[in-house]
Amino acid sequence: MVNLKDKKESLDFVYDFYVKMKKNNINLAYEGEITHQITKAFTSLTENNMIKEEDLNTVQKKVFHVMVECLQNISKHAQNRNNIVTSKDGRGIFMVSKDESEYNVTTGNVIDNDKVIILRDILENINQLDNLGLKKLYKQQMREGRLSDRGGAGLGFIDIARKTGQKLIYSFLTIDEEKSFFVLTSTISRLKS
Amino acid sequence: MQAIKIKGSDDTPNVILDKDNGIFEVSGRSLPEDVAAFYEPILEWLEEYADSPLDKTVFNFKLEYFNTASSKLLLDVLLKLEDMFDDGKEILVRWHFPDDDEDMEEAGEEYADIVEVPFEQVSYTID
Repeated sequence: MVNLKDKKESLDFVYDFYVKMKKNNINLAYEGEITHQITKAFTSLTENNMIKEEDLNTVQKKVFHVMVECLQNISKHAQNRNNIVTSKDGRGIFMVSKDESEYNVTTGNVIDNDKVIILRDILENINQLDNLGLKKLYKQQMREGRLSDRGGAGLGFIDIARKTGQKLIYSFLTIDEEKSFFVLTSTISRLKS
Repeated sequence: MQAIKIKGSDDTPNVILDKDNGIFEVSGRSLPEDVAAFYEPILEWLEEYADSPLDKTVFNFKLEYFNTASSKLLLDVLLKLEDMFDDGKEILVRWHFPDDDEDMEEAGEEYADIVEVPFEQVSYTID
């Protein structure tokens, strides 16, 4: 039996969701499995939009870079964690928003609590480095770090920080004793640098 | 030696490794789903080529875009060339970048710093 009251609420939710997306200038919002195909679809969709909007070439490239690294962080992370049991692996939320002056690329995904400290250390370290420091770290990581089974994790965050020239904005929200929700936002300026 | 010719796609680069015609090139976009699997035959080919390379090997990189996972594998390709150079072979890496792409230019500079092999930066214009 269809509960009409529930239906009505669900329709209201759609409108509410729409209004919130508009208000926050969200162009793309997705929750679900993040695969290579999804990565390709979202990047080409955003690329087409940027061409239409006549964004600078350099801006387009940076947004593309950041999107790929963010999405792959989630998809790669998932592929090789068979030993860790979470049904949420390889899933996440992905959003792109923009206003006159910038693009924001946001990802959110569930991670195990024991990964939080490691991840926080990596991100804090990246955020305290200047351009030159990031360049050094990138080179060092490329030389010394082996391509992990995760497919090169370790370079992605550094690359995002370098390409955007901005600090990484992130937070960890505790879900329960085992899991947290990791949110990362990267900002790319649309203005001529 | 059998040449490798891989036609590029929206996520994999064009690759030509042709000893007979002296063409060595990686161009286009590189963000394969499985980077290691994509570059494996290329690295194997270079390994074999290193046994009896041409007197001079000019290797061209003309990439529009590569992800960080690919950057590691590109370094592996360059390290193979460095090995040949260390063995006394003449090697020249030509790194092509669009003249408005500072990031790609910088990526070339970084590789030039990491590997010890003659390295030339070449800018080109996209219409």
